[in-house]
Amino acid sequence: MHGLAFDISHSLAGGLVLVSFMMLYQDRLTSLLNVFALHALMLAAAVAWQAFIQDAPHLYVTAAIALIFKAIIIPVALRRIVYKLGIHREVETVVGIGMTMLAGMGLVALSLALMLRVTADADALAREDLAFALSVVLLGLLFMVTRRNAVSQVVGFMSLENGLILAAAGAKGMPLVVEISVAFSVLIAFIVIGIVLFRIRERFDSVDVSQLDVSRGERS
Amino acid sequence: MSALAVELGCVAALLATAVIGVAAARTPRLGRVSVYGLAAIVCTIALVSAAGALLRQEPPAEIVLPLGLPWLGSHFSLDPLSAFFLVVVDLGGALASLYALGYGRHEHAPQRVLPFYPAFLAGMNLVVLAADAFSFLLSWEFMSLASWALVMAHHREAANRRAGYVYLLMASFGTLMLLLAFGLLAGTAGDYGFAAIRLAPHAPWIATLVLLLMLLGAGSKAGLVPLHVWLPLAHPAAPSQVSALMSGVMTKVAIYGFIRVVFDLLGQPDWSTSGIVLLFGGITAPIGILYALMEKDLKRLLAYSTIENVGIIFVSLGLALAFQANDEKLPAALAFTAKLFHVFNHSLFKSLLFFGAGAVLSATGERDMDKLGGLIHRMPVTSVVFLVGSIAISALPPFNGFVSEWLIFQAVLQSPQLPQWGLKILVPAVGALMALAAALAAACFVKAYGITFLGRPRGPATSKAHEVDRFSLAAMIIPAALCLFAGVLPGLVMDALAPIASDLLGNRLAPQSPLAWLSIVPLAESKGSYNGLLVAAFIIVSASLSYVAIRLLATGSVRRGPAWGCGFTDPVPLAQYSAAGFAQPIRRVFGTLVFRARDRVTMPPPGDIAPARLRIELHDQVWERIYAPLANGIVGTAVRLNRMQLLTIRGYLSLVFVTLVTLLLVLAIWT
Repeated sequence: MHGLAFDISHSLAGGLVLVSFMMLYQDRLTSLLNVFALHALMLAAAVAWQAFIQDAPHLYVTAAIALIFKAIIIPVALRRIVYKLGIHREVETVVGIGMTMLAGMGLVALSLALMLRVTADADALAREDLAFALSVVLLGLLFMVTRRNAVSQVVGFMSLENGLILAAAGAKGMPLVVEISVAFSVLIAFIVIGIVLFRIRERFDSVDVSQLDVSRGERS
Repeated sequence: MSALAVELGCVAALLATAVIGVAAARTPRLGRVSVYGLAAIVCTIALVSAAGALLRQEPPAEIVLPLGLPWLGSHFSLDPLSAFFLVVVDLGGALASLYALGYGRHEHAPQRVLPFYPAFLAGMNLVVLAADAFSFLLSWEFMSLASWALVMAHHREAANRRAGYVYLLMASFGTLMLLLAFGLLAGTAGDYGFAAIRLAPHAPWIATLVLLLMLLGAGSKAGLVPLHVWLPLAHPAAPSQVSALMSGVMTKVAIYGFIRVVFDLLGQPDWSTSGIVLLFGGITAPIGILYALMEKDLKRLLAYSTIENVGIIFVSLGLALAFQANDEKLPAALAFTAKLFHVFNHSLFKSLLFFGAGAVLSATGERDMDKLGGLIHRMPVTSVVFLVGSIAISALPPFNGFVSEWLIFQAVLQSPQLPQWGLKILVPAVGALMALAAALAAACFVKAYGITFLGRPRGPATSKAHEVDRFSLAAMIIPAALCLFAGVLPGLVMDALAPIASDLLGNRLAPQSPLAWLSIVPLAESKGSYNGLLVAAFIIVSASLSYVAIRLLATGSVRRGPAWGCGFTDPVPLAQYSAAGFAQPIRRVFGTLVFRARDRVTMPPPGDIAPARLRIELHDQVWERIYAPLANGIVGTAVRLNRMQLLTIRGYLSLVFVTLVTLLLVLAIWT
């Protein structure tokens, strides 16, 4: 049974990394939001599985929060914003997709090489989990760096945060209150960013953050 | 009531006076009288109580007040060393307050001086009383900030603002060094009380490091070259009574900090560290006085002369350290006592000279010596006391400056007893530098006195000058009398200082007062003795004899005739010696080395009636070689880093990302 439980949680966490890679090459915002919803779904599944095998009921709450907020509410709200802003047809490319994917692979290799060595005396499940979680965090950061659109940066931030939740779920004994507060802070960040998006849009007729630099007088 | 309680009460009274100063600043006359009058009274009480504790040789007392850090409290203690420095601080404070009762009338911004002046006094008292690192540093910073506020009193002049800025920078640097030193002293146990630090053992490298940090921290406050740059800017910028306090007293408080840590808290020193102290002191003394010689601003000249005296004090500190490290108890006690004596003397005559400079400033409105002259006719009392101060600071008998420097040289002469060859060579070399400084100091004060008070008035302001008020005169006459007293009866002062040396070094000089004819014999009759009374009597008798002889033997009738004008018959006062002219020979000898001095003469072509111009170029090498590159480096780095403030959002994100990945890579490669 242990072997199967391990394999399933391993494949769920690996699936989260895979979906992070999928996000990297989405160049349309609508499809990006779909992939992000999938990302959150994977996270919810992984956390729920952890709750099951760790026999920790409070992790179900975390999984539910991930499912409701991240897989449903936030993608739907972001989609509405995108349509409202009229940028659902926009294509954004900053760095070539091939390069980004290569960099992403490098990051995953780095985090695996590092985490497996650093956590040599932790139990196998937590090691794998932490390695994947770090990969997801780094990929989220890479995603934020390579995108120019404010909406995709928000999505990158959310996926990064998913990686944190995955790490937290893997580490046994994480108190519920921490998870709930993290979830709420993400929600509030989402609200704030949503408002800021509209403000940016109002000012500059675009949510391309490079417009902000123009207004600061950095570039003409 | 114990002396310590009296001292703490006086500090509280000074702080209350500062509050009164805030309230009374609206009415200048009332404010001046109340603040300076109260400060003078409180300082006198503190002075009497501290002097009593020192002379009665009271055992060390300690009080813990529930202030400051909750687990530490504020420790205050009174032992012979702090009692002596309290005497210095409060004597200076009482004199300066008395002086300011009259001088403060000329203050045009009393609301900027009155609140901070008593606070500054309280801060200096607190530093000397503090007996744990926290209270010490807090009082130290309080003292620095209060004096900074006083430096900035006349902040409308750009030069004063610059002085305040440089002062603030150097003060923060100094406090940082002290902070590190006390951190090392407290060690991992983290007990910041002086009593605990004293008992704890210190590793040799920690002791050396602490000594170096103290040299930087206390040295920057005292004005050790090359940390002196703020001193000649800040000391003259303040009102004169504050200049006197900063130069005469605050530098001594810094020296107190050094003594307290190095001689009291650290324990047995290593001989090599004494070499560093000697070297710093030996360089500081002649450089300081050379700066003073090049100066024509009277107050700045006095400030530079303070640097010289701090150098002398540090030389004798280094001597005491060297002897103490080799267990030569008696010479160590000699050097230590000589240093304390010089601390006391310098606080007296430097206050006196700054009061005199302030009197000249208030009477003429001038600090530039090249516009003064002939004041001896207009201000007879001031010029006599200024002369006393000049003779004392030039280390001439029968005044006190001679005695302390003579004692220091006696200690220098004991250097062959030292076993280390490095010190055997270094100490006489430093002694030679000190002798050079002493000779240059005499030249410097001949210049200061001669140009300012003798000759004929060089400017219109001088010819209308008149003598200053009675308070100022009294404040100048008292230290002048004390200078004479300590010079004629040095044995009494040395005996008062002896318990401090026996407290810290474990040995003391033999009692001097029972000796016949009030001589002083620091070590042994064969090694040197001095009798101030005899020298004074000789000077008086020989001077009167020559006066009488001249009156009797020269032609009795006074004739008035044209003075021989050295072939220069135009009687304009500008034809007299100027300050720069007087210093010219010394500038020729030392200036090229120390200041890269150049004289440039521009001659108009024949037929042109423009005057020829002599331009003197001096470079402050310490500033140009050390501080200017440092400042440029910091500004350059700041400008370059400033671009980091203006990155794009993606730029910042990339920065975070790259940093994170780099750190992870480092970790991956490392483990």
